[in-house]
Amino acid sequence: MGALQSSPGQHEYGDLAEKTGFSFRQIGVLHTRFKQLSHNEETLQRDHFNEIPDLACNPIRAQIVGAFFDRRNFRENGEGTVQEIGFEEFLVVMSHFRPPSLHMTQEQRESVRREKLRFLFNMHDTDNDGTITLEEYRHLVEELLSLSETLEKNTAKSIADAAMLEVASISMGHMEPDEFYEGITFEHFLKLLNGFEIESRMNIRFLRMDTTTLCK
Amino acid sequence: MAVLGPNRRSSNPRFTGLICGFLLVFVVFIFAASASRDAVAGNNETLRNDSHHQTNSTAHKKAFPVLSFNYDHVRKPFEISLWILLALLMKLGFHIIPTVSNVVPESCLLIFVGLLVGGFIKAIGEEAPILDSKLFFLYLLPPIILDAGYFLPIRAFTENMGTILVFAVVGTLWNAFFIGGTMYGVCQIRGAELASVDLLSCLLFGSIISAVDPVAVLAVFEEIHINELLHILVFGESLLNDAVTVVLYHLFEEFSHAGTVTVVDALLGVVCFFVVSLGGILVGAIYGLLGAFTSRFTSHTRVIEPLFVFLYSYMAYLSAEVFHLSGIMSLIACGVMMRPYVEANISHKSYTTVKYFLKMWSSVSETLIFIFLGVSTVAGPHAWNWTFVISTVILCLVSRVLGVLGLTYIINKFRIVKLTPKDQFIVAYGGLRGAIAFSLGFLLTNSKMKYMFLTAIITVIFFTVYVQGMTIRPLVELLAVKRKKENKGSINEEIHTQFLDHLLTGIECICGHYGHHHWKDKLNRFNKTYVKKWLIAGERSTEPQLISFYNKMEMKQAMMLVESGNAAKLPTIVSSVSMQNIQPRGPARRRAIPSISKSREEEIRKILRGNLQKTRQRLRSYSRHDLFIDPFEDNVSEVRFRRQRVEMERRMSHYLTVPANRQETTPVRKVCFEPEHQVYTYDDSESPRGPTVQPNPIPPDAVSLLSESPQRPNQSGAQRAKVPDEQEEQDQLKLSRCLSDPGPNKEEEGDGSFRS
Repeated sequence: MGALQSSPGQHEYGDLAEKTGFSFRQIGVLHTRFKQLSHNEETLQRDHFNEIPDLACNPIRAQIVGAFFDRRNFRENGEGTVQEIGFEEFLVVMSHFRPPSLHMTQEQRESVRREKLRFLFNMHDTDNDGTITLEEYRHLVEELLSLSETLEKNTAKSIADAAMLEVASISMGHMEPDEFYEGITFEHFLKLLNGFEIESRMNIRFLRMDTTTLCK
Repeated sequence: MAVLGPNRRSSNPRFTGLICGFLLVFVVFIFAASASRDAVAGNNETLRNDSHHQTNSTAHKKAFPVLSFNYDHVRKPFEISLWILLALLMKLGFHIIPTVSNVVPESCLLIFVGLLVGGFIKAIGEEAPILDSKLFFLYLLPPIILDAGYFLPIRAFTENMGTILVFAVVGTLWNAFFIGGTMYGVCQIRGAELASVDLLSCLLFGSIISAVDPVAVLAVFEEIHINELLHILVFGESLLNDAVTVVLYHLFEEFSHAGTVTVVDALLGVVCFFVVSLGGILVGAIYGLLGAFTSRFTSHTRVIEPLFVFLYSYMAYLSAEVFHLSGIMSLIACGVMMRPYVEANISHKSYTTVKYFLKMWSSVSETLIFIFLGVSTVAGPHAWNWTFVISTVILCLVSRVLGVLGLTYIINKFRIVKLTPKDQFIVAYGGLRGAIAFSLGFLLTNSKMKYMFLTAIITVIFFTVYVQGMTIRPLVELLAVKRKKENKGSINEEIHTQFLDHLLTGIECICGHYGHHHWKDKLNRFNKTYVKKWLIAGERSTEPQLISFYNKMEMKQAMMLVESGNAAKLPTIVSSVSMQNIQPRGPARRRAIPSISKSREEEIRKILRGNLQKTRQRLRSYSRHDLFIDPFEDNVSEVRFRRQRVEMERRMSHYLTVPANRQETTPVRKVCFEPEHQVYTYDDSESPRGPTVQPNPIPPDAVSLLSESPQRPNQSGAQRAKVPDEQEEQDQLKLSRCLSDPGPNKEEEGDGSFRS
């Protein structure tokens, strides 16, 4: 993508830039990548993602790919999944990984934080019911451990259980023996990862992407 | 007699008076002894000669000396020990007086004590020992650096590596040239009597004084607990600028003899920098890998494991120093390289030993360094020159501030998390100079200039340590800089850290961008497939990081429970949430027992046994090479453990995810061990009333500790015909479960006990 001034869709870029916060240059680079992934079609499908070789060795690739097709991440308050996405949705999902700008008020920082944590939450909450149940958490831990050859399912279960117990203890404090902890709601999730500083960790450097070094 | 400072007025005058008394006695003794050394030696000589003559000429006129005095024999180690003892007693003394140690950092107090001691020594006419460069660089500095390097927070360090390198290399270069150049300009001022100082000497001086000192930074920053980012920035810079300092120092020292510098020399200097730093790192990495490889085979000789860590690291330092490479970087690289593999291989006790020895040595070294600094100040020949000294101090400050500001402006363009002005201020203010500068100055060839330099260096050190060191704490509070957050070791955070790593790597792949995470991921995979297989013994080599973290955490919790007893406050949440609150209600599901690897089991067993077991153990034959449990210790704490056991059971369900039985009490299967390696398992549903015991002579490896069984009232009734005191004894042999286990649901009444 050479000089952006001559590109036909620049007025579109203006909308996109406003919506997602990327700069024109970054949008241009991402558009090139989009076209490369989708083989110059208009939309991306899941199979296109599965063609990326480096992604194949990622233990949570299914969830990452799923996040792109999850309507909850499109910032339109939608729900459910779609089968294919256009460039705009691609960009919106990517915008979750933008670093916060230097001069931000406390509220802006807080909203950025919530947004990123919401993205993570959506990735964990696969059945879309608003809570992360024990099963979903177990699934998460198993995925994380799925790369190791000696997959010890039971250790994965115990780790997930211990983690869940921790969440419950932090969020609920005191529970009667008969009460049942349904699952991690978004508020509990926020409370859990309070010290996690996600606004500074969940970022990709979009700045320094160069079209010539795009990997396949 | 010199009174030890006005700040000793405390609420405990008798005690401090006692300490003062001790110290004075020691100090007097050292120097009286060394003063009388010659006299005594002389006496001994003549005595011996006399007796010799006498025995030759006549027979036994001299009585056999029942008590003789021969100080010469042990002089050197004796004095060294006395110095170290003095240092440690001072350290003790400071912490007994809390008001002072809150305001004044320890380093200041220690230098002050050194001043007093030095003054005292001079007063009695003796020659005070100076901080000898060889002593400093070979013996005092390595423990501190190794301690810092071994426990370096790797994640924070690598994430900020770029920033740290820029500060260390470019910042130090800027400091050196700015100070050197400006000092030369100052020296040209007529009337300052400094005309003899030429440009190269000024540059040499600049290079000595420009480097931020790790010892001083550690000493001050340890006490103020600022957030990890700032700590690692300043500290990392102080470590990595050693390469620059070494190169510049040698460069300018060579040239100040030669007199002129050519372009070729400058280029060679640049090449030398890369050789020094990369070579140092390479040497350190090689020794680190060797150490890791050696630790793979130490499973049968656990006692000497810590020594390998120390010796390989020290060898790395010395080997680097042989070639004039950067010893500090070598030491850091060795520690960093060695640590993950060694920790996976060595036993828990060895890990504790390594940790505590490193902390101990570095603490002693630091104390000694500061005291010696004080003594050397009083001792050394000084050449005070107002212009030189004042301008040095001012220039150090100015160049540091300018350097940090300028570099941060550039760095912030590349950082995701920008450095705020507050951060920049702390980084600039934390640029303390210390003993390394002094020792380097001391190594210069003797001349009047050297003494002037030394005076200026000491003044700068004093200024930074006292003024900056004392004021940094109130400033940190004033500016409300973020402090270090408590590390609770949450399993959730670990899970999400890993999740985030993979997520970001995945997104980078999708973006088509070979970024930071991509390379980190590749390195991790390389590490897992090749390196770990070679360097980690046994099954641990394939253990994923999450599992080892989890195991470590559980072990820590188990240890805490065991050691804390009744009254301790456990730092994790106190809540009544237990596993049953989480388990989904539903049809009973048979849970399989989580199996952990056998060697982990063994290790965990050993630890818990060591703490809980009443020893009816026959002592094995005494051997200096074995560790065995001291029977006396265990007997004394036996009664306490009886009480503790009840408490622990109550707490088990809160912390170790033991499922609460829907009925009254928690059925916990405990495993106890006879030292003859028989394993007993029994139910302990009604804890005070006595357990049922099923002796089960299965070799320990075959049984998982972690089985859980429901209450079985029928069986327990039948087997209660045990002799009560035997039960009591076996009570003490109980070992609590240390790994979480969801356990079976209570509805499986009639099922057999689980053993896997």
